[in-house]
Amino acid sequence: MPTEMIQAEKLIYEYDKRDEEGNIIGSERAIDGVDIDVPAGSFVAILGHNGSGKSTLAKHMNAILVPTGGTMWVDGRDTKDPDELWNVRQTAGMVFQNPDNQIIGTVVEEDVGFGPENLGVSTDEIWQRVEESLKAVGMLDRRKDSPNKLSGGQKQRVAIAGVLAMEPKCIVLDEPTAMLDPNGRKEVIRAVEELRKKKNVTVILITHYMEEVIEADQVFVMDDGHIVMHGTPREIFSRVDELKSYRMDVPQVTMLAEALRKRGLNLPKGILRREELVEALCQLR
Amino acid sequence: MSIALEHVSYVYSPGTAYEKHALKDVSFEIPQGQFVGIIGHTGSGKSTLIQHLNGLVRATSGKVLYEGKNIYDEGYNMRALRSQVGLVFQYPEYQLFEVDVLSDVCFGPKNQGLSPEECEKNAREALELVGFPEKYYKQSPFELSGGQKRRVAIAGVLAMKPKVLILDEPTAGLDPKGRDEILDQVEKLHKETGMTVILVSHSMEDIARYVERIIVMNHGEKMLDGTPKEVFRHYKELEEVGLAAPQVTYVMHDLKERGFDVSPDATTIEEAADEIMRSFRG
Repeated sequence: MPTEMIQAEKLIYEYDKRDEEGNIIGSERAIDGVDIDVPAGSFVAILGHNGSGKSTLAKHMNAILVPTGGTMWVDGRDTKDPDELWNVRQTAGMVFQNPDNQIIGTVVEEDVGFGPENLGVSTDEIWQRVEESLKAVGMLDRRKDSPNKLSGGQKQRVAIAGVLAMEPKCIVLDEPTAMLDPNGRKEVIRAVEELRKKKNVTVILITHYMEEVIEADQVFVMDDGHIVMHGTPREIFSRVDELKSYRMDVPQVTMLAEALRKRGLNLPKGILRREELVEALCQLR
Repeated sequence: MSIALEHVSYVYSPGTAYEKHALKDVSFEIPQGQFVGIIGHTGSGKSTLIQHLNGLVRATSGKVLYEGKNIYDEGYNMRALRSQVGLVFQYPEYQLFEVDVLSDVCFGPKNQGLSPEECEKNAREALELVGFPEKYYKQSPFELSGGQKRRVAIAGVLAMKPKVLILDEPTAGLDPKGRDEILDQVEKLHKETGMTVILVSHSMEDIARYVERIIVMNHGEKMLDGTPKEVFRHYKELEEVGLAAPQVTYVMHDLKERGFDVSPDATTIEEAADEIMRSFRG
């Protein structure tokens, strides 16, 4: 019996390829034998280029897709079991890329209350959850506003609050910052980090921004449906050339440290943060 | 040979409760051949601004001058303007619609009234300019990867042979390699054709690396206008309006504070590395 929050074993997802008339002409493996363990309460990041299979993997975490081979357990529940579907979805909430596609309410607090209302939560408790969730993402003072008036980062935080209000044990964020400006990105990442600290929610973040995964406990890199790299951010970002071969990058500070190493400075590998680089340079002086 | 805004203001729904000043008294001139970046937080007026440059949105007051002529003059040929000032929208791949790549790219020149032979010639040149492989010309654009789709969409605008190319966040949603590939290609295009390029982006690192001039928009007004070094010197003001300087600029400021003899002006990795090495050599 799996004990992790998310556990995949030899996960395979295969779909039919069709021609213009809709005839099946073959099959494609979007995920090909993935093993992954995410302990409860941890923060895991998944990197991978467009088409590497990371979104398909994410969709398995709340049973939007079910494996065609192998198994995915969410908090010990097999996502293939139809009887567990709603439990799985309640355990793992999802936040997507485009904030405009996820907000349906005309007032912020109504939007956040929509989820728990559908779960049949009592009215008093809905309001309590709405308040707590908006507070957790720092949007409580906008509860009476129309979502139209919010910036991208604020809308995305409301979307996160909407998921939180369903009290999931785990949140899966699929490129939540792709459409945001630098400030919006910071707001969202800060909100996610707070959640994890204060509410002990398991966080799975899929992103193309290397700076956003620095605080993760573990990083997985996907390519062609496989997990090709796995480790702490420091381990992963020490392997600059390998990452680049998977169309990924490293944080700009890591790149600068690497450029300085190539020019002959004796800096340690895997520098991630600005303060670390400045400290290391001061040591060399 | 330039494109210029003179005291342009744009007001949404004037005289109603929803009245909003999207642009306030914006003026600047972009000479032919410049590579310009436009930055600003969401809602700062960037997109409204670029839509003025090819006449998609008409200013409430002020003038837009293309090659010295006011585009709002009676009888001005807007159609000709739109083929000379090409605009690539955000997520342009959603606008692909044809059965194969080559036909999709031919759509622009076809509307310019060119013969089928000329259309195909221009389309092929455009696809070559964006580095799109010929073996996929007859493939459906919908079967391509995100980065390839975006190249096709950009080629669709280039096939009209514009003198000015405006790109609204051309790398949004692409993986890091895809981002570099598109921007390297745009830079090459700029160098080889002498085309004016106006790049709207949320990535300060990308802006610093590619452009020669940055225009910063805030609440519909032009807040800063200068070289990347000049603009990112104002990093504190940029932060106040939801922007930032590239990360390396912050490293340089930190080092200077710690007593390193470095100029904090570096905005790219290369510049920063050179400057740090110089300080170590004394």
